[in-house]
Amino acid sequence: MSLDRRQFLVDGTMFILLTGAATRAWPFIEQGRPQDAPGYDTASHWWAMFIDVEKCIGCGRCVDACKVENDVPPEPYYFRTWVERYTIPPVDPEDATAHQLPIVDSPNGGRDGFPAEPPIEGAKSFFVPKMCNHCADSPCTQVCPVGATFQGPDGVVLVDKTYCVGCRYCVQACPYGCRFLDPRTNTADKCTLCYHRITKGLTTACCEVCPTQARVLGNLRNPDDPIHQLLREHKVHVLKPDLATGAKLYYNGLDGAVR
Amino acid sequence: MHTVPGVEGFMYPNEMELQWSIMIVLYPYLTGLVAGAFILASLERVFNVAAVKPTYRLALLTALAFMLIAPLPLQLHLGHPERSFEMFLTPHRTSAMAMFGFVYLWYLLAVLVIEIWLEFRPHIVAQAQTASGLLRPLYRVLTLGSYNVSPRALEIDDRVGRFVTVIGIPSAFLLHGYVGFIFGSVKANPWWSTPLMPVVFLFSAIVSGIAAVLLIYLVYCKLAKIPIDMPCVDSMAKYLYYAFLVDFSLEMLDLIHRIYVADESFRSLDFMVNTKLYGSQVVGQIGLGTLLPIALLALTQLVSLSIRARKRLYVAAGILTLVGIFLMRWNVVIGGQLFSKSFLGYTSYKMGFATREGLLPALIVMVLPLLVLWVLVRLFPPMEEQRPAPH
Repeated sequence: MSLDRRQFLVDGTMFILLTGAATRAWPFIEQGRPQDAPGYDTASHWWAMFIDVEKCIGCGRCVDACKVENDVPPEPYYFRTWVERYTIPPVDPEDATAHQLPIVDSPNGGRDGFPAEPPIEGAKSFFVPKMCNHCADSPCTQVCPVGATFQGPDGVVLVDKTYCVGCRYCVQACPYGCRFLDPRTNTADKCTLCYHRITKGLTTACCEVCPTQARVLGNLRNPDDPIHQLLREHKVHVLKPDLATGAKLYYNGLDGAVR
Repeated sequence: MHTVPGVEGFMYPNEMELQWSIMIVLYPYLTGLVAGAFILASLERVFNVAAVKPTYRLALLTALAFMLIAPLPLQLHLGHPERSFEMFLTPHRTSAMAMFGFVYLWYLLAVLVIEIWLEFRPHIVAQAQTASGLLRPLYRVLTLGSYNVSPRALEIDDRVGRFVTVIGIPSAFLLHGYVGFIFGSVKANPWWSTPLMPVVFLFSAIVSGIAAVLLIYLVYCKLAKIPIDMPCVDSMAKYLYYAFLVDFSLEMLDLIHRIYVADESFRSLDFMVNTKLYGSQVVGQIGLGTLLPIALLALTQLVSLSIRARKRLYVAAGILTLVGIFLMRWNVVIGGQLFSKSFLGYTSYKMGFATREGLLPALIVMVLPLLVLWVLVRLFPPMEEQRPAPH
């Protein structure tokens, strides 16, 4: 097999930029039939995400990337991922028993960033990226009357839009507000963990664009995946652990006030 | 702070619009009327309560009329009603909703239709031989080829009917208890998630069913010029009163438990009940829809009143009861979606009018069972033997 210099540079650059699986899939992606690309084995993946609250700057690029990449309905309140801004007022020593509620906002899901608010003296503020937790014991798949939503062997919770009856029981069952009814198809919609990308060796759109690496996708079944080190070296927490959903978004630096 | 009309505090973005509309309010309301009417009918059949015998057939037909219309609001709600049959073909076994389809079918086909057919068989056979016009072939089909109405055959019918009713009572309990489970099993929603939900749904169903049959009986007697059997009405009112006391106790138990335990969701739910749900829950459901009818019914139990006064009180209590139970369904279904699962905010329900899930189709769905009942009582007159003989 002869390889000219140009082809060598193209192939070599792709190999450096993309992962092995993505390199193999690339010709198929270029031909417009990525589904035929070889190399993805569901059973050897168990996807999870590490989200570092300390690193999120609330730029909203993840929300924008998700909307564009996945053709999420633009208006008005449909989000596969969004960012919340929490502001927790300080305890008032004069009224220390008062129950302080956090002030939370997410204008347009945080897609356009967050407008500056008049600062509250002594308050702490931070951003929390949210998306489907791809729960191992997902309440949404449990309630689906026809099994249109399901969890794959790789731990990704998906919806078969050709089968969904649009009853919205799954929307009610999700404790995290991650599902909605797509008004164009009248079927349930949610984060697919960019399944079309991750099965080709790419990361999700939200992880891809995050300028601070506040989101890191990982395969828990791969012992060499960096996510293992992240989970080992940080004190992580999942959302609403009392509901025992087996959530697979692991948050670092999550304040107890976050719901 | 960025604000969205109708939203206070913080809702997760996908929560701002309600997913389950008035159609999902109507659905448990109609199913509850079915279960309640059937349980009233069963009193006579299984427990031999002779006093309510005059309403037996009417209660069965009422149950059937509401049962036939009950799936309609669901179909109006589904994003893809054309796929709804998949729930029967490829049911998801862990889904309460999927399994409910089978409970519904079982109840409709194995209990209600068989019991009504057995009960009206002599009438069907007679009509198949004497009716004129298009009705005759209809009754002929309904005989299912059996014209045997000998005393022996009717005795067998009665025995089978009793057996079906004995199965029917737990089936009716299952039918509406299961509707409660559809809500009670949603652990993401603290307003719904309580093991009491199926029991509360069941007793509220019995209450609404008795109230509906009581009112329908009074109206039917008036329209068909049949004298009202007052001991029967008094008995129904008594059952309504007792069932209501149990129902109210269960709902108060739920409320007191929530207040005393005061878990994480309590502050949010308490705020909701005192603001957005105040009118429909505190004033409507508890005040006008429960305490007032209980007081009216208690009055009829304690004080000796004239027939006229009793009838008026029963009608008032019956109407208030039906409104109260409707509001109970409303407060469960709509109320359960007005607060954020973050417990930090509240949204509003905006009902359309002439939209698919709007007020107009909802009103039509409410009236339709009565039209079906009107047809059913013409095909299967429930109280011919009580009609005074012509002079």
